[in-house]
Amino acid sequence: MHLYDGRIIDHKRLNADCYRLTVAAPPIAQAARPGQFLHVRCGATYDPLLRRPISINTVNRKNGSVTMLYRVIGRGTALLAQKKVGEQVNVLGPLGQPFTFDPSYRKVALVAGGLGLAPLYFLLQELNIDDLVFFQGARSASEILLTHNIKQLAKELYLATDDGSAGFKGTVVELFVNQLAFQNFDIVYAAGPQPMLRALCLELKRNHIKGQVSLEERMGCGVGACLCCNVKIGRGNSWVYKRVCADGPVFDAEEVYWDDSANNG
Amino acid sequence: MTVRTMVDVAGIKMKNPVTTAAGTFGNGEEYARYVNIHDLGALCVKTLTLEPHHGNPPPRIAETPGGILNAVGLQNPGIDYFLEHNLPWLLRHNIPVIVSIAGSTVEEYALLAAKLTPDTGIAGVEVNISCPNVKAGGIAFGSNAEMAADVISAVRQNTSLPVIAKLSPNVTDIKSIALSVCGAGADAVSLINTVLGLAIDPYRRKPVLANIFGGLSGPAIKPIALRAVWQVYEAVEVPIIGMGGITTALDAIEFILAGATAVAVGTTNFINPRAASEIITGIYNYLQECHIPDIKNLIGAAHRQEVV
Ligand SMILES: Cc1cc2nc3c(=O)[nH]c(=O)nc-3n(C[C@H](O)[C@H](O)[C@H](O)COP(=O)(O)OP(=O)(O)OC[C@H]3O[C@@H](n4cnc5c(N)ncnc54)[C@H](O)[C@@H]3O)c2cc1C
Ligand SMILES: Cc1cc2nc3c(=O)[nH]c(=O)nc-3n(C[C@H](O)[C@H](O)[C@H](O)COP(=O)(O)O)c2cc1C
Ligand code: FES
Repeated sequence: MHLYDGRIIDHKRLNADCYRLTVAAPPIAQAARPGQFLHVRCGATYDPLLRRPISINTVNRKNGSVTMLYRVIGRGTALLAQKKVGEQVNVLGPLGQPFTFDPSYRKVALVAGGLGLAPLYFLLQELNIDDLVFFQGARSASEILLTHNIKQLAKELYLATDDGSAGFKGTVVELFVNQLAFQNFDIVYAAGPQPMLRALCLELKRNHIKGQVSLEERMGCGVGACLCCNVKIGRGNSWVYKRVCADGPVFDAEEVYWDDSANNG
Repeated sequence: MTVRTMVDVAGIKMKNPVTTAAGTFGNGEEYARYVNIHDLGALCVKTLTLEPHHGNPPPRIAETPGGILNAVGLQNPGIDYFLEHNLPWLLRHNIPVIVSIAGSTVEEYALLAAKLTPDTGIAGVEVNISCPNVKAGGIAFGSNAEMAADVISAVRQNTSLPVIAKLSPNVTDIKSIALSVCGAGADAVSLINTVLGLAIDPYRRKPVLANIFGGLSGPAIKPIALRAVWQVYEAVEVPIIGMGGITTALDAIEFILAGATAVAVGTTNFINPRAASEIITGIYNYLQECHIPDIKNLIGAAHRQEVV
């Protein structure tokens, strides 16, 4: 883990509210693994005060750069969006536990909802496996990103949009479940908004498929010290609070405990 | 010019006046990559209870202007686990370790204190009677002078280590609580714990925190904390550990001028994991720059007429 003032070497707006930011941070680029994130100091003053957690979208280990893909949500990300090439941004990372892969996995699905795409694209790049199917969901066609890059690395790419402006009209989880009639996956990796992950986890459980999901929770320190980011992790009816920043953000799908669901166990 | 930064908080010998605020520095291990733990004046751990505690449901944190609201709810693995698994690592760093405890009854505080003997290697006990995020105990003890005294005397009778009472700002008159805990045997006081607050999400139309209320910390509370330290310094003789929104060495100096013997760095660790180290260096530089030979000359100096 490094605390690093990285120079911005590229910063582009991709659509209405999404940006791609590339920062020179060689020690982080070397160490980063898919699923890990950076804790980013978006402003320079004490308001907003906290850092913002943002996934690592890709790294370039040759030139020592780290790329993030983010959506402007509120004040922190709006400040980040104003930063210009050549300026510095202070990042802490790489943080958290990465996705894990077992060589026995032959057929893999990646299921991305919205900017859950960010960490899964990094995973796609690092997984050396032929039979990989990528499912990408977004609100509309303009938010479908990186398709060209994904097509080069994945065997198949399936798209879903809420409004049907690209690919399947519906959620990415519905799209994924439809494919289960034709394909068997050894493992499913997923990231995205909480309702999507919840729906996916229940489907994985119902279909007895292994999965790993990347969770989001509001963070303080990002390094495991403050216990502000905890979520329920467990099996059956027993759970404990674990830290998204240090024990996660990647957790086994079957271990995520969804409070509002009768389907635990 | 060489300057002296050593301070003594009720027998806890600190090579500089900077410790960490309970609950903001984990058990030190999480920050060991960024801060040389050995450089700290002391380290105070997350509050421990007799039995393990789950803590509150998420979200546990909300950002507010210049601060954060937290409602962690004293999640901890229990004192026995800590003594066995976390303390040995801490003791390797040769700095005073302050252990923070909280109970839901006076008896629990007594039982906790009894486990904290000098042969554990622990330097002092901080008694948390000011946590705003737990239903039983916590602030209920700290907002009533008699109950606060009951807790402190129970701890006093059960440990020979220095006893530090951690005070809440969520009271009408912090001086009377300070007087009361000192009367009951507290060797030092630390203040302030977080300020009870609330944040509401206007679009979800409900509180941001699952716990509804949370404790406010960070730069936003610094003036409140400084005022509290000033008042308590005038009321009691015991050393004060001051905290609340310290982000720079100059903030720390303000607390010392108001009457603190030592200071704790809390929320700032989250923004700058190296903050504690930088504040220690900054205090040293300040003393040199201002030709002040000994940090002790500054303790409470703002109360006095003379110019330092
Ligand atoms: C492990 C992890 C990885 C993430 N990766 C990405 C990514 O690659 N791209 C991306 O666009 N977003 C990502 N997010 C979400 C991102 O952290 C939030 O969108 C961002 O913090 C919003 O900050 P803001 O100031 O713009 O919004 P505000 O709403 O003003 O933020 C207020 C507070 O809430 C917190 N917050 C708001 N939304 C979230 C959220 N979804 N998760 C956690 N904290 C939140 C903020 O950090 C801040 O403390 C990730 C979150 C986590 C936990
Ligand atoms: C996330 C968080 C957890 C905390 N946990 C504890 C705790 O366990 N025990 C305690 O006495 N104080 C706890 N505190 C309060 C701090 O120790 C400190 O008194 C307060 O935050 C004010 O200092 P600051 O503004 O520098 O953070 C916590 C504060 C925060 C932000
Ligand atoms: S954000 Fe502090 S423990 Fe996870």
